[in-house]
Amino acid sequence: MLIFLLKRVGVVIPTFFGVTILTFFLIHIIPGDPILIRTGERGLSDERYAEMRAEMGLDKPLWKQYVTYITGVFSGDLGKSITTQVPVIDEFFTLFPATIELSVCASILAVSIGIPLGILTAVRRGSFFDYSVMTVSLTGYSMPIFWAAIMLILVFSVNLGWTPVAGRMSAMYWVERVTGFMIIDSFLSEEKGAVLSALRHLILPSIALATIPLAIVSRMTRSAMLEVLNEEYIRTAKAKGLSPFKVIFVHTLRNALIPVITVIGLQVGTLLSGAILTETIFAWPGIGKWMVDSISRRDYFAVQGGILMVATIVIMVNLLVDILYGVINPRIRHR
Amino acid sequence: MSLLEIKNLTVEFGSIEKPFRAVDAVNLRLDEGEVLGIVGESGSGKSVSALATMGLIEFPGRVRAEELKFQGRDLLRINDKQRRSITGADIAMIFQEPMTSLNPCFTVGYQIIETLKVHQPDTRKQMKARAVELLEQVGIPDPVPRLKLFPHQLSGGMSQRVMIAIAIACNPRLLIADEPTTALDVTIQAQIMDLLLELQEKSKMGMVLISHDLALIAEAAGQVVVMYAGQVVEIGTAEELFYTPKHPYTAALINSLPEHAKGKKRLDSLAGVVPGMYDRPSGCLLNPRCQYATDRCRNEEPELKGPLKRQVKCHTPLGE
Amino acid sequence: MSENPASAAPVEKLGQTEFVYIHPFWEFWNYFRSSKGALAGLVFIFAAILVAVFAPFIVPHHPFEQYRDALLVPPVWESGNSSFILGTDDLGRDILSRIIYGTRISLSISLMVVILSLATGVVIGLIAGYFRGMIEMLIMRLMDIMLALPSLLLAIAIVAVLGPSLVNAALAISIVSLPHYVRLTRAATIGEVNRDYVISSRVSGAGVFRIMFITILPNCWAPLIVQSTLGISNAILDLAALGFLGLGAQPPTPEWGTMLSNALQFLQRAWWVVTFPGLIILLSVLAFNLMGDGLRDALDPKLKK
Repeated sequence: MLIFLLKRVGVVIPTFFGVTILTFFLIHIIPGDPILIRTGERGLSDERYAEMRAEMGLDKPLWKQYVTYITGVFSGDLGKSITTQVPVIDEFFTLFPATIELSVCASILAVSIGIPLGILTAVRRGSFFDYSVMTVSLTGYSMPIFWAAIMLILVFSVNLGWTPVAGRMSAMYWVERVTGFMIIDSFLSEEKGAVLSALRHLILPSIALATIPLAIVSRMTRSAMLEVLNEEYIRTAKAKGLSPFKVIFVHTLRNALIPVITVIGLQVGTLLSGAILTETIFAWPGIGKWMVDSISRRDYFAVQGGILMVATIVIMVNLLVDILYGVINPRIRHR
Repeated sequence: MSLLEIKNLTVEFGSIEKPFRAVDAVNLRLDEGEVLGIVGESGSGKSVSALATMGLIEFPGRVRAEELKFQGRDLLRINDKQRRSITGADIAMIFQEPMTSLNPCFTVGYQIIETLKVHQPDTRKQMKARAVELLEQVGIPDPVPRLKLFPHQLSGGMSQRVMIAIAIACNPRLLIADEPTTALDVTIQAQIMDLLLELQEKSKMGMVLISHDLALIAEAAGQVVVMYAGQVVEIGTAEELFYTPKHPYTAALINSLPEHAKGKKRLDSLAGVVPGMYDRPSGCLLNPRCQYATDRCRNEEPELKGPLKRQVKCHTPLGE
Repeated sequence: MSENPASAAPVEKLGQTEFVYIHPFWEFWNYFRSSKGALAGLVFIFAAILVAVFAPFIVPHHPFEQYRDALLVPPVWESGNSSFILGTDDLGRDILSRIIYGTRISLSISLMVVILSLATGVVIGLIAGYFRGMIEMLIMRLMDIMLALPSLLLAIAIVAVLGPSLVNAALAISIVSLPHYVRLTRAATIGEVNRDYVISSRVSGAGVFRIMFITILPNCWAPLIVQSTLGISNAILDLAALGFLGLGAQPPTPEWGTMLSNALQFLQRAWWVVTFPGLIILLSVLAFNLMGDGLRDALDPKLKK
């Protein structure tokens, strides 16, 4: 188990440095003068230009610049946003809770619906139920989620008027920021009805974001269940006279969940990709929208820092999933 | 009353219009304390018959029988719950592949205690003590720490011992052993066979021993049934079948044993394979592979005839 | 499955073995067509290709033509104008005609994306799987890095560097989807490289390139074909997403995603402007996914029971 852990961590470290090299060069390969891009200023005097060049260390050799960059990264310095002059890392952590809130809700939806559907379709394989769920699931998997989001707004907000169109909280309420998670903050606030408003704002974006992970989780659960159901130890379980319920929920599910959990973990990337589109459409103030806005503002420090942070998060989550895989799989846990 | 009495057992797979008969009108009888051997090539329907007896044939497989009586109760005419209370308790089964027959996610102890919990619930402590006792019975030394092991930490022989422990946990009256030693090393095979027979002797349970290995069956079983393509083709004691086989198929099986090849350059073998789903011949199912086949064999299916304990399904039995 | 005619391929008669030879393609086709979904996907794709090729002859209007007196006309069945079947957008352009022209863009660009990343990915994967060692480690680490980034984010970053345009968006998607092909090819190559037929080819003096491309590669095709089909659906989706974000095709190009990018403001007034382009994206992606699933089932020998 220890060797397994060390191996995983050993793979993660070079990957992380690889990402830093990638983000470091991102700014260098952008066409145009790096100073003009970084400062966003026009009509600099020659002296000021040279001064800035020295200030930013651009006169030093490339590897020295990288060392400066990576030292900064480790002390939490990702540079300042060109547009707001706020440190990128602060901006990131201000917006990050909104994205977590949305992604966690979407994951809960995807897992709590996807796994039971996968189990049911596997048990009733070949039935009309199985066929229809799998068709719907493939449709969800093929969904352009920005369009799904638009359609949800069209039906539930515009036509039915059940849910708000955008944002995280109705303007009627004043909720003070404590944790950054709107549901928790609205609980803490004195405002009545704020929690409900937060939930109403959360529901459509969560559904939109959950569409693809839900399809993936249900399909994956189904195929993992089907595979395990064919195993000989399932026949042994039946030969013991166990009830069908126990055979499915104890013996089959326990084994089928091992690959399913891995797949769920890998959905972090899908979720963050989806968050970019979902947040843009629902004007959700999270990092996905922030990245898109930063790109259109040509705020390259924000883009650079954002990519590094997102990649780090994905790498860490994947590492956690790998470790979890080792923990739930006895074949790895016990040597 | 026999322990197990099967009359006209038929198991079909595939579509209703074009079914494939894996087991075709099989009759079997077994008394308490008796060992019944079933031999045949792979695909002869011997495992499917056993699974049908256990109630482990799943949809789309269809099991029909005039009678499938265990201790006088017809297993096909009781509900699923009643059936499950017999399966694993009074009738138990061990399988060919011990390494893949244990669930990799649960400890040995859990998998033994689970069976006890379903059929003979007791306090945790009592059941654990019983599990230790069972492991001792199947010859696993130092059983207490072994309860905590996972299947992947056991050898093949050890896994099969655990499977046997699970099977005998509730003192079954009938034990079905489906090729219990085939997947094991030669040195382990004899140990496992000895263990099975010792347990059978001690508790006077009935045992159905399924194997393609006629020599193994001959050593262990009293009555032997030879199956071919889902049908019983010959019944007799091991001795009778071994020295005076009447069905050409039994004779061919015996001649293909290496022990019979002394002095010969090549092993005798039966050409071809057991007929599959779409290529069943008319008449006797063996006729395309049989050197004695006549026109009658090709057109008319023979009946299983003779005294109850010595039957043969052939138009031209050997030695007659 | 067992009733499938293909499973009867080599019929073994008792005693004498008799082989009925079925060409692998027909065997594959028998499996493929047994799946209704896969067949439906194939039919849709064929129809879409025909529409794309003959777009100029079947469109009712030019996709750029702005009818100033027919802004935001609803579809025919909503008391619209019979000359604009699916209605018009805010500039009075016919939505149906724009969708038809969009088929050309989406299909051709997606195909190019897949060909580009397939070709590059196969070469890199073959090198990694054949030479192993240091080269393999470097390549696979690089692929890990790319996979650590959410694909759309990476594509956005690349477009941000290159500048927003249809071609750059296509390039970005090709780069982003590279790791899948590299990993698949490498895994398949490692599986094949120690097989007897490769060793015998090496013993008989075949060169490295011959072994890589002529001996090994043909045996890795099946998973690559499946991945490519699914890759097209991914490319359509990502291309539309980039277009929607304003980072792909630029207006007035009738690209499906771009058509949706400024449509949000008409949500209250003109549902048809936002509905139809998205629906056609969904249907095309679904068609390629259905076909990909069918191909996988038909080509994967493990599933042939």
